[in-house]
Amino acid sequence: MPIHEKTLIRPENLRTHDKLVVDGVDVSGHWSTFIESRVVRDYNEALQDEIAALPGGEHIHRCWQCGSCTNSCTVNAINPDFNPRYWIYLIRMGMESELLRDKDIIWQCVSCNKCTYACPRDVFPEGVMKATAHWLELKGHTPKSKSTIFDQVFTEQVVATGKIEEGRVIRDFFARTGQPLLQDWLVEMAKRVARRLPFKQGIAFALAALFRPRTRGWAKARAAIAEYVQEQEAHRRKALGLAARAEHEVGDGA
Amino acid sequence: MKADYRRVAYYPGCALEGTGHAYNQSTKAVGKALGLALDEVDDWNCCGAMEVKNVDPKIQTYLSSRVMSIAANQMKAAVVMAPCNGCYHNLKKAEYDLAHDPTSREVVERLSGKAGHAPYRAGTLETIHALDWIKMGVGEEELKRRVRNSLKGLKVANYYGCMYTRPRHIFPEKDQGPGTESTSKPHFMDDLLAAAGAQNVEFPLKTACCGGAHTLSDSDTSTRLVLNILRAAEAAGADVIATECPTCHSGLEMHQVRAEKVLGEKTTVRMLYFTQLLGIALGVSPRRLGVHENVSDGLALLREKGIA
Repeated sequence: MPIHEKTLIRPENLRTHDKLVVDGVDVSGHWSTFIESRVVRDYNEALQDEIAALPGGEHIHRCWQCGSCTNSCTVNAINPDFNPRYWIYLIRMGMESELLRDKDIIWQCVSCNKCTYACPRDVFPEGVMKATAHWLELKGHTPKSKSTIFDQVFTEQVVATGKIEEGRVIRDFFARTGQPLLQDWLVEMAKRVARRLPFKQGIAFALAALFRPRTRGWAKARAAIAEYVQEQEAHRRKALGLAARAEHEVGDGA
Repeated sequence: MKADYRRVAYYPGCALEGTGHAYNQSTKAVGKALGLALDEVDDWNCCGAMEVKNVDPKIQTYLSSRVMSIAANQMKAAVVMAPCNGCYHNLKKAEYDLAHDPTSREVVERLSGKAGHAPYRAGTLETIHALDWIKMGVGEEELKRRVRNSLKGLKVANYYGCMYTRPRHIFPEKDQGPGTESTSKPHFMDDLLAAAGAQNVEFPLKTACCGGAHTLSDSDTSTRLVLNILRAAEAAGADVIATECPTCHSGLEMHQVRAEKVLGEKTTVRMLYFTQLLGIALGVSPRRLGVHENVSDGLALLREKGIA
């Protein structure tokens, strides 16, 4: 018979013994399951400050662990391991190795801002999730997520021309993440539209995709933004104790 | 009614020149039919969207502020209207940040100076959504009088998405009692479509998330979130989900197809921009409203219902 409480303990921390007698009492088998005691030795005392140094993480210190964020979370509803309240707790306690157990899902925050809406302490948990995802990437704990690559492709186009052209963003994103552009569902979608689109308009759309939309008189704004991005990135790497980089992140592929 | 909403600066944004082309067309067509004038912002740029915000929130603030600076300082507009939830949200956010955060003000002043234009000053421009524009510029009573082709018999689930109401601090004019928009249960789109004759269904997921942030980078999550919205709308008895954001709209359409192709989950509810529905009620031809550009075949449904 399964014991419910056991599901609350990580399986690797459960201990059962085939033959064990303690003080004359037989504690063998299923009904005498023990839990491995946990000792945390590797507190990172700088963790909260590092997250707070990244955009979005500034207000993490305000959290009083009410759990409104996790309770309202869109992603938590489909994946119970996605737990902003818990991650904020771990960061504030400096429990880095515990946080790293969830390193591959933190980037999945959909920025719906339900947490920010619900938070009674103005922690801005959505921002904390972004800061944490960036921290994991900057520290080299995770490769750049597809979401970060998408953000960069998008931002590069905005910085370069002042605007984006969605078709180009999608093409560049698929190319840079090594995915085929002709996903069968995208093809199916294009087919459904094409069926009803008048021929002339189809041509107009195809031409629009060839000419990059641009904001006139953008050159000075471009230079100012590029300079600011570089300056901020250097600032963040310093706050995280990382070596300066020769070239800056956004603009790599522009 | 607000008289200054009858002629506003218009900020379409990037999506309305791409996948949201039909939203752009139908917004302009409805404005024309209702006698509301639009002056497009000269040389506008991207508002920064969520993507630039993720890279650096202050650059998003600057990008939005540049658009507002042109509308306020060059065009001398008092009101700027953005139909896209993302643009609307970002302009509101920039307004809030510039009013409350000295660092944002300093960055915007610095970047504006280098870019060679006057910085936007908080409090000089009012940012509104296309819903505010029609609801407060025209109102339900006048809209009712102008309806030539009632949407009678059409069951609509009104879907507002995330960016129109959250986070609440950037929308100080909402939740101010009767007549104002609610952030927990928005109703402006419901009000307008009811005036156009549609039957709004009780839809619990008005402000649920469609996963638009990761529509391509985490498609499986987006598909699950969208499928949930589509199913809830169908369960509520809706024929149509009315949308007011190009990202939500294309997300619902894309992932409806993806759910069918990848998960084998077929849903039949159609997506139409609320401006397309209003346009049809006002007697504008579906072609001028770009209904044929939608992925889900709204036109067939409207014909079936005897509306178009």
